[in-house]
This record gives sequence, C-alpha cells and structure tokens, in this order.
Amino acid sequence: MTDQTAENPVIAIRRPSRLREFWASNIAYSFRRNPVAIVSMAIFLLITGVAFCAPLIAPFDPYDPAQIDILNSEYPPFWVYGALPEFSLGTDDQGRDLLSTILYGTRLSIIIGVCAVAVQAFLGISIGLISGYVGGRTDSVLMRLADIQLSFSTLMVAIIFLALTQALFGSEIFSRYAVVFLIAVIGVAEWPQYARTVRATVLAEKKKEYVDSARVLGFGPGRIMLRHILPNSLSPIFVISTVQVANAIISEASLSFLGLGMPPSQPSLGSLISSGFDYILSGSWWITVIPGAVLVTLVLVINLLGDWTRDVLNPKLYKG
Amino acid sequence: MFAYLVKRLLQAIAVMLAISLIAFAIQGNLGDPLRELLGQSVSEEVRQQLREDLGLNDPFLVQYWRFLGSALQGDLGTSYFFKEPALEVILKKLPATMELVFGATIIIIGLSVPLGIYTAIRPNSILSRAIMAISIIGISIPVFLTAILMIYFFSVELGWMPSFGRGETVHIIGSWDTNFLTVDGWAHIIMPSIALSSIMLPMFIRLIRAEMMEVMQSEYVRFARAKGIAPGRIYFVHALKNTLLPVITVGGVQIGTMVAYTILTETVFSWPGMGSMFLEAVNRVDTPLIVAYLIVVGFIFVVTNTIVDLIYGLVNPTVKLARMGA
Repeated sequence: MTDQTAENPVIAIRRPSRLREFWASNIAYSFRRNPVAIVSMAIFLLITGVAFCAPLIAPFDPYDPAQIDILNSEYPPFWVYGALPEFSLGTDDQGRDLLSTILYGTRLSIIIGVCAVAVQAFLGISIGLISGYVGGRTDSVLMRLADIQLSFSTLMVAIIFLALTQALFGSEIFSRYAVVFLIAVIGVAEWPQYARTVRATVLAEKKKEYVDSARVLGFGPGRIMLRHILPNSLSPIFVISTVQVANAIISEASLSFLGLGMPPSQPSLGSLISSGFDYILSGSWWITVIPGAVLVTLVLVINLLGDWTRDVLNPKLYKG
Repeated sequence: MFAYLVKRLLQAIAVMLAISLIAFAIQGNLGDPLRELLGQSVSEEVRQQLREDLGLNDPFLVQYWRFLGSALQGDLGTSYFFKEPALEVILKKLPATMELVFGATIIIIGLSVPLGIYTAIRPNSILSRAIMAISIIGISIPVFLTAILMIYFFSVELGWMPSFGRGETVHIIGSWDTNFLTVDGWAHIIMPSIALSSIMLPMFIRLIRAEMMEVMQSEYVRFARAKGIAPGRIYFVHALKNTLLPVITVGGVQIGTMVAYTILTETVFSWPGMGSMFLEAVNRVDTPLIVAYLIVVGFIFVVTNTIVDLIYGLVNPTVKLARMGA
C-alpha cells in the first residue's frame, strides 16, 4: 500500500461547503419554488423566535406578582375604545399584560409540544427498530401492543391519566409538575405512530445489501440498527415529526383548556384561552380570541410545513 | 375466518381485563370509602370492624376477583355524590353524549364523502383548492376553540343560537330523551355537533381525497375507463368501494377520539352528557363514578375497534389472510 492521495489527484478538489451543498439539494430547490412553504417557515421562525426571546422583549413579566395589578384587569387591545396605552393587546382577567402573557405562553406551548414529540420519537424509534430488526415473536407482540395503544385515542388516555393524577396528588402538587406530566402523557400515548413507521422502513431497509455487508463485517445488531439502518430511515421520521408537533401542541392546549394542564398562574396558550372563556359572555373577547389566533397560526404553519415535507420527502407515506 | 374471529375476541377480552385491573387499582388508591360511608367522627375500632366487613383487608387478588364478579353483574359501586349506582348515573347521561356523537357523525359522513370525491376528481378546480385550504385550516383549530368562537359569534354577538344545555327534549324510552324531535332541541344540538365534527371532517376529506386519488391511478380504473364505462359509475361504484376500506379503519379509531372530544364540547356548551359528568366526578373525587366511566368508555373503545376490525377482515380478503397468518 502506497500513499493514496498522491496517486489520486481528484481528492485534491475541494468539496463544496455544507451550506452550498444544501442550497443545491432537492429539498432546498423545492422550498425555494414553494411560496406557501417559504411564508409558513417565515411565520414559524418569527413566532418561535419572538416566543423564545420573551424574557427580553415582553414589556411585562407575567410571572412576577409585583407587576400584576388586579385593578388593571380586562382592558381591551389598543384598537378598541377604552384601551390603556401600556397594554398594547389589552389585559387578561387577572390584570396581566396580554402580549407578555401570550409570548410566555407560546414559549411554554412550543416547549411542551417539542419535548413530548421527542419522547414519542425516542420510544417509537427504539421500539420500531427492535420490532423490525428482530422480527418474529417480539415483533408481533410489540405491534399488537401498538395496535391496542392506537385504538385508544391519545386525548382520552391523556384526559383520564391527568384527571386521575390531579385527583391523587391534589391540584397544588399537580400544577407544580404539570409540564412534566403533560410531556410524559402526550409523549407516551403517541409512540405507536413512530414505531409503525420506523418498523415499516426497517423491514424494507433490512433486505438491502449494505445491511448484509455490515453483518458480514461482524457488526453487532445494535450498531447495525443505529449506525446503518436508522440514518436511512430518517426521512419518514422527519415527515411525521412535523405533524406530531402540531398535534401535540393542540393536545396540550385542549388538556390545559379542561384544567388538566398548565395552571392559570403559568399559562400556556390553552389555559389562557380557557381563562378567557369565562369572560367571553361579558364581552371581553380578546382574552380568548388573541391567544386563540396565535395558537391556530402556529399549528397551521406547522401543518403546512408538514404537508410540504411530506410532498418532498415521501409522498406516499402519510395520508390524511 | 373463524380463527380470526376467536383471536380478535380473545384480544378484546384481554384488553377489557387490563382496563378493569387499572380501574380496580384506581378504586383502591383514590379517596377513602370509609370516610365517605362514616364521616370523620367514628372511633378507630368501628373503622377496623367495617374494613374487615367490607373485605378491604383481603388480599389484592381476592378483592379484584370480587370487583370483577360484581362488575360483570353490572354493579360498579355507588356514586358518592349522586347516592345512586354509578353505572345507572352514567347510562342516564349516555344518550345525551350519543346524540351529540350521532349528530357529528352525520355531518362528517354527509360532507366528507362528496367533498373528498369531488376534490379527488377535480384536484385543480378553484372549488377544490378552496376546500383543501379550508380543511387544513380546520385541522389546525382545536375543537374547543371552534366551540368557543361559535358561541361568541352566534350566541353572544348575533344572538341567534342558544349557547348551553340541551333545551327542550322529548322522552323516548328509559333514560333516552331526544333532541331531534323539537325545534328547540335542534337549535341546541346544531352548534355542539358542528364543533365536535370540526376537526374530524377536514381529516376525513383529506383522507378520502388521498385514497381516491390513489385508486384513480390504479390499473382496474384505467381499464374501466378504456371499456367506456360512464365516469359516474367508475367514481361511485368502482373507485369508491376501494377508497372506503382504509376509511373504515381510520373511522373506527376516530369514534374513540370523538368520545374524547365530547368531553371538550360538552364542557364548552354545558351539555349534560357523560363527558362533563366525568370532569365533575374528578373534581369531587367521586371514585366509583370515575371507575365506572373508565370501564364504560373502555368498553365502547374495545367494542367499536373489534367490530371495525371484523368488518375490515370481512370486506378485505388480503388483510384477512395476512392477519390470520400473523
């Protein structure tokens, strides 16, 4: 064996940078050609960016009792008669600045949604990989479990689980750990979505030659699953992830609306809408409608991005 | 087919047993039945005596066996709040919830099939694009928000529609009062039904459209076209049949989801069904009622899923063979 680089001048040519490579790829090309995807991405980045900078840009801190005055409650947003200039989007029922509360609430909703999907993905991908790779009895037992889990709607499981936890621990302790409970229950209830998708791709990938050659080289099943099969199954995982995040955010909002999620003292978008619902009959529509509009916009752009990724990466995978 | 049926029924029974075990564990750990029966001011001796009499000191499995026995006879305990058998309380609330689910199902089936077919046949028409755009917005609005916004617009601002309760109902049989026989009943059920169907309708439109478009590409539809069969017959007789197969399975799971969504709609519209009853029971820590709700809802889920699986096995021979082998 001689020095290979000397014989092989081709290697000397610089590869294009990662960014440039990405810019030239199919995904980036279809993104540039799709105005809906561009606008959705822009809005999504805007909402997440603003929400995560909430402590820096919000005019008030909704978690600081010193800044909340109950006498300020139910002021309308600036374009309605009777508004106060310092509360641009009005105030909620407790006298908190609605803009600041929405910013913090959106951040919380996104964090819960993304973390819940991370739990789903971790459980689902592990189970799907094992189920598809090992096969046989393990596979049929795991998939039967997935069938059963899927036959119970996530929302139902989550409502019952959270309601019972709340009754068991009392609402005091419950509201302290509400974030953890929400992430756990939304995360655990939806694992079959990932497991089924991953299993299906593993079954297809397993038959390919690179897996055989890896096995011939003497790699263990763990290494083959994680280093060889998983990277080749990423695109369907990516496609369902967007839809799952949108669904998780809706689930969290629904649970918080029922009083089974975030408490009014640290509101997510759902609990903010919920606290506004009591005042909508008296005409204070903004406490419900403005956070509702933010929630719908956020979920809508994620869904639109999900549709776009599905069309680009895997048009046949996800229906409905 | 018979083997498949037996296998599927066994699975349903196993799931039901698991649910009853969870329900029993909840019953043992949530709230204190002695306090509900005796109040606070009773001596420790009487307490222990009653524990012994009620069998609360028996081993776990013995107690579970007793629980299972009485559950099979329809005895799920007595509600602390209503002082009535828990199952009866739920069965009284069941018709209100079922009418809501029925109303929403009618809306979903009545609209999603024609709209799904239309958007599949004419994917590029303006109307199809509008339907698809509205449906992705529809998917993105949570059920409870649709309900709240409808109340705000049609009840608060315009004053057209009643915002809560069932209104005037007509007694039919047993505990079944129906909304569908009076004008006032219709007025009360329309908004909750629309709200309940609001997230599932767009989902079904998209599902039917996707399935239909796939079927329209298939060989047998092309062959039917080449034979010169009228387009209407191809769409509705040839293509629709195969489109509906996956729709049935998704539909089965969605019936369960709909029961969960009734909790949301019933809360917003103060609809006196079992969903709002469940939340009240949780707030009152009415353990027998919670347990009974769990078992009834679990039962609904298991039964619908089993039926849907069996229907699917009947109408789709390929799945039947594959599943029977598994």
